[in-house]
Amino acid sequence: MNGPHDLGGQMGFGPVAPERDEPYFHADWEKRALGLTLSCGAFGAWNIDESRHARENIPPASYLSASYYEIWIRALEVLLERHGFAGADEIEAGRMLHAPAAPKRVLTADMVAGVLARGGPCDRSVETEPKFAVSDRVRTKNFHPATHTRLPRYARAKAGVVEAVQGSFVFADDNAHGRGENPQWVYTVVFDAGEIWGEGADPTLTVSIDAWESYLERM
Amino acid sequence: MNDHHHHHDDHHHHHDNRYSDMEARVRALETVLTEKGLVDPAAINAIVETYETKVGPRNGAQVVAKAWTDPVYAEWLQRDATAAIASLGFTGRQGEHMRAVFNTNETHNLVVCTLCSCYPWSVLGLPPVWYKAPAYRSRAVIDPRGVLDEFGVVLPQDTKIRVWDSTAELRYLVVPQRPSGTEGMSEADLADLVTRDSMIGTGLALAPEAAR
Repeated sequence: MNGPHDLGGQMGFGPVAPERDEPYFHADWEKRALGLTLSCGAFGAWNIDESRHARENIPPASYLSASYYEIWIRALEVLLERHGFAGADEIEAGRMLHAPAAPKRVLTADMVAGVLARGGPCDRSVETEPKFAVSDRVRTKNFHPATHTRLPRYARAKAGVVEAVQGSFVFADDNAHGRGENPQWVYTVVFDAGEIWGEGADPTLTVSIDAWESYLERM
Repeated sequence: MNDHHHHHDDHHHHHDNRYSDMEARVRALETVLTEKGLVDPAAINAIVETYETKVGPRNGAQVVAKAWTDPVYAEWLQRDATAAIASLGFTGRQGEHMRAVFNTNETHNLVVCTLCSCYPWSVLGLPPVWYKAPAYRSRAVIDPRGVLDEFGVVLPQDTKIRVWDSTAELRYLVVPQRPSGTEGMSEADLADLVTRDSMIGTGLALAPEAAR
């Protein structure tokens, strides 16, 4: 979707403003927000692509004025309601009003080290050979799906070169919507800045994305 | 570094009310989920402790220092970063599929996630606020030299800049160039020169005198 999250090339946000000796967290609630997001992810009710899509569906004015942990919490509330674990009425009341759906697992303290160390690999084997090879010239698709995609707007309908065949991975655009993992080959595709930004582009700049095979057409 | 830091403070004052709202909101959420038996507050503590004390940019600094001193390791890191990094004990969440990109005299690498906040947690820990915020995400791909300038990094006019937008599940670690004057330094001392920002590409490794 063409949501507020798709920020590449937008203007007007001001300087980056790095903070010297930045603490890991700026408030205690951020710690709880991190832990809650990971704990609820362990339910096994949704995948990372569905979470990302929930975040990018936050209305633009809210998304752009929120800190990232706030974005996580807003999206988490949507996911918890959608999957029957907690309703907005309960968060408002601060107590349980309905019995929850049954999670596949509840993350307990003793499980944390193992779960974090394992992570969630999303490489999957596919039957097909990669359609593109290193050095192939490709053009990205021009499309504007209302659903989840990882092809940013600035890199649509652009000509680039395949720099690496990275393996085959869960296809985020399908997985976010419960359509299955449908793995595809993923390629690193590099573009000259002039192709993306045109007049006035930095001549020393190249930008790459990691693109699933169905984003690409041969030139 | 320089005077841009005060902008961040302004940003925080602006958000004070919002922060206190979030405090109540997140507390309510944790209370409800704990009452339902869905969340273990001790697990949240363990997650926070992991990222406050165990998983952070010191991990990545060890990888870089080893690559600087051991050409066989550097070659492995280039060919199979996930395995080479795992060999030092750094694995897991948001580091499942790693790629290492090496700065050279000709090319400077910079990593961003324009679409969300993808970041190599296993080697760098949790991302800083600026990495996840619109200013960096919007500008890194169109005006990287302007961004670098705000970090106090000025590259020669003819240095090629390569920006890696982390749009899939690969996570990128920049291997900065080894500073001059570090011949004969131990791997542990070299790791002290490797800053978090130098592994994102918004910084360079420190000169030995700057690290003291």
